[in-house]
Amino acid sequence: MNKIVLFLAVILMAYPSYAQKIEVCGTCAIPSLKKGIAAAKAYDTIIVKKGTYKEHGIIVDKPLTIIGENYPIIDGERKGEIITVISDNVTVDGLFIINVGTSYTEDYAAIRIKRSKHFTIKNLVLEKLFFGIYLEKSSYGKVYHNKIVGDAVEEYNSGNGIQLWYSNHIVIEHNYVQHVRDGIYLEFSDNCLIKNNVSALNIRYGLHFMFSNNDEYSDNTFENNGAGVAVMFSKKIKMLNNVFRENWGTASYGLLLKEINDAEIRGNTFEENTIGINIEGSNRILYKNNNFTNNGWAIKVRGACYTNRFLANNFLYNSFDISYNSKVNDNVFDRNYWSNYTGYDLNKDGIGDVPYRPVKLFSYIVNRTPETIILLRSLFIDIIDFSEKVSPVFTPDNLMDNNPLMKKNLW
Amino acid sequence: MLKILKYSFYDLMRSRWSYVYFAFYLLLGVVLLFLNNDLSKAVITLMNVIIVLVPLIGTIFGVMYYYNSKEFTELLLAQPLKRSSIFLGQYLGVALSLSMSLILGLGLPFIFYGLFKSTAIWDFSLLLVTGTFLTFIFTALAFNIALSNENKIKGFGYAILMWLFLGIIYDGLFLMSLVLFEDYPLDKISLIGTMLNPIDLSRTLILLKLDISALLGYTGAVFKQFFGTNFGLVISFGMLVLWVVSPLMRIIFKSKRKDF
Amino acid sequence: MVNIQDLHKAFGKNQVLSGVNLSIKEGGIFAVLGPNGSGKTTLIKSILGMVIPNKGSISIQGKHIKNNSSYRQHIDYLPQIANFPSNLKVKELIKMIKDLRGKTTEDERLIQLFKLEPFLDKKLGTLSGGTKQKVNLVLTFMFNSPLIILDEPTSGLDPISLLRLKDLIQAEKAKGKTILITSHIMSFVEEISDEIVFILEGKIYFKGTVSELKTKTSQPDFEHAIASILTENHA
Repeated sequence: MNKIVLFLAVILMAYPSYAQKIEVCGTCAIPSLKKGIAAAKAYDTIIVKKGTYKEHGIIVDKPLTIIGENYPIIDGERKGEIITVISDNVTVDGLFIINVGTSYTEDYAAIRIKRSKHFTIKNLVLEKLFFGIYLEKSSYGKVYHNKIVGDAVEEYNSGNGIQLWYSNHIVIEHNYVQHVRDGIYLEFSDNCLIKNNVSALNIRYGLHFMFSNNDEYSDNTFENNGAGVAVMFSKKIKMLNNVFRENWGTASYGLLLKEINDAEIRGNTFEENTIGINIEGSNRILYKNNNFTNNGWAIKVRGACYTNRFLANNFLYNSFDISYNSKVNDNVFDRNYWSNYTGYDLNKDGIGDVPYRPVKLFSYIVNRTPETIILLRSLFIDIIDFSEKVSPVFTPDNLMDNNPLMKKNLW
Repeated sequence: MLKILKYSFYDLMRSRWSYVYFAFYLLLGVVLLFLNNDLSKAVITLMNVIIVLVPLIGTIFGVMYYYNSKEFTELLLAQPLKRSSIFLGQYLGVALSLSMSLILGLGLPFIFYGLFKSTAIWDFSLLLVTGTFLTFIFTALAFNIALSNENKIKGFGYAILMWLFLGIIYDGLFLMSLVLFEDYPLDKISLIGTMLNPIDLSRTLILLKLDISALLGYTGAVFKQFFGTNFGLVISFGMLVLWVVSPLMRIIFKSKRKDF
Repeated sequence: MVNIQDLHKAFGKNQVLSGVNLSIKEGGIFAVLGPNGSGKTTLIKSILGMVIPNKGSISIQGKHIKNNSSYRQHIDYLPQIANFPSNLKVKELIKMIKDLRGKTTEDERLIQLFKLEPFLDKKLGTLSGGTKQKVNLVLTFMFNSPLIILDEPTSGLDPISLLRLKDLIQAEKAKGKTILITSHIMSFVEEISDEIVFILEGKIYFKGTVSELKTKTSQPDFEHAIASILTENHA
């Protein structure tokens, strides 16, 4: 152990001796970042002083550390991509990058990592962008502590905040993304960890997975997006302790699962979403210890979903707890707390003596004729719901929680 | 009018029914809050109670008071008083004393529970406001029915029928017609249908607060404008006021032409 | 004082008043008589504005009463059946009426006159019919209005109170007031009234003094005179 520490110390002390520091500033000998990179040797550090640098098409083609002091502004003047990294071991830190060019044929990014490994992108502020941070076939990198503020209005002419494409083993942490198309987008990217980010006010999704497996996202907050998180055609995704809030709108949901298998959804909070979780064709998923509070629909199940388990969740004051569009049910609900449960517990074991049926006749009616939503909570609706509860005709008759808790699940 | 209001109000405040009503709400508030210990759930249960019971009680009280105070009314009619002030005074007496029982009965337990420190205060205030509106509307409707029917039994019958209709049957017909005509654009129709029934109207107001997430899930542009902006709130309150004013106009109109 | 022209009133299909013309001058006691259902009470209620006529006009002290309520300030009315809000006390009722109509001090004298002091704190619902009628009388006479309308004032009264009532009516007459009375007790009417108005089938059949009535029907006494009118018209 001691030997390792000593070894590291020696390396660290030795490092500056051959790595040079290059300063870039408006009035210096090296007035632009491009020239700085040209002047630098591999493993040099470039310090960019405060100021405005009108540059685009900067290519980082050797392992460098680029550090901005007091957030120098790199202004791309909307002419194209601003920084492209094509070398391994590059660190970009503390830049304020604005005015990325917009194009319908090319995905210009504020910073793009291309076929590189072991990069670190941190403390960047990106504004007026098309794509923000674009990782293309790059692996083993870190993206953390960045702030990306777009001004996207329409889906077709806006880009994503952080985009991963064929990039594996990436850690994305403590970023703040807002007003772009997708906050964070993963396509064909495996084994990534997305943690402690805030993704809000984005036009499409806060976080978006496509064909990506074995990823984990946890402790993130997704708020006020077109839809919170969309996970599509992916396997073995872990979704832990995230908050999905106020994703409101016609086709809006906290979480969309489409063709997802073997995922784990645990400890999340779904609050005030039009739909908490929208599920289509997803199997063998474990939902445990989640809170569903004040959603329009806590869970909407469409299409074939088999052997999913919903255990020990809290369903609190949702307009509808579960909505189903078929009469067949192969999913298990057990030991959840349902605030709409009206049963009793005579033997005082904390479990209601009457099973709870979370699917209401009215939710079936609303699926058919959406305008009828206006009759929500009417006495008449309560009466027909009650009669459906007594003898199910339209809703799956085996869909029930046999052990509904009398008190909220605590964990 | 104020004098009549004063006497009607005192008269009612002394009657044991006001206390029964007050005690009922007090008990309800206490049970919901202190046995359940869940403010959000209490507010939802209260909504159901307010939507169903307040109109019923307003109706029954209104009709009952009118028929019971017939002698008093006749005594007043021989006095130099305008007919409209006599009936409006009595109406306000009933409506105010009922509203007071409601607000105090529910308000006190909630205040003791620590409502002012809670975020549910707006939901709760909205409940009380709609409850008060419903009291005023249904008492006015009850007065209308009583004014038009000399026969007590008939009057009571019609009043209960009206409550049943507006409280349950209307929604049933409404739902059926929506499902029947589901191929047509219905959002405007369904909003209009809601506006035409004070119980539905109040329910919508509360939904705007409790179920906004679900309401925003619907595609129609009219719905979106209605629920997504303050437009819905303004229209709904406007309609509620209209629902109070129009039966009152009829009370004035009817009472001017009635023989005693 | 009271001027009625071509007054019509029907309750549904039942025509009660059909063209009543009546003018009552100021001062004196007028008895309105007629068989049951002849329209006496309807006429009085029309004067009070409680019944809205289908046709015709009524003016009191020269003013039309249509859509007007303030003229009732000048009328004291004793309703036929004394029904009061039952959970009010006698005292409170008197206070309330005073509050609604204006101040008066007459009430104390009248309460003494009818010996109502022990009942002041009782609720109206617990009183006997006669006592209620006394309260009714107090409420009527405690204001000093130029027109007094008494609908069956004698009902339920004991002989002493009846005597007092007669004195009271005479005293009011002496002040120059106009008093309209309906009654079934012919001796009371004959004794007290200056003029008689006889209503039959919704019309004024006769208006004049008792002696004029006797001459017209050529009957020796008042009761027979009335009876002859009725038999003649129903024969």
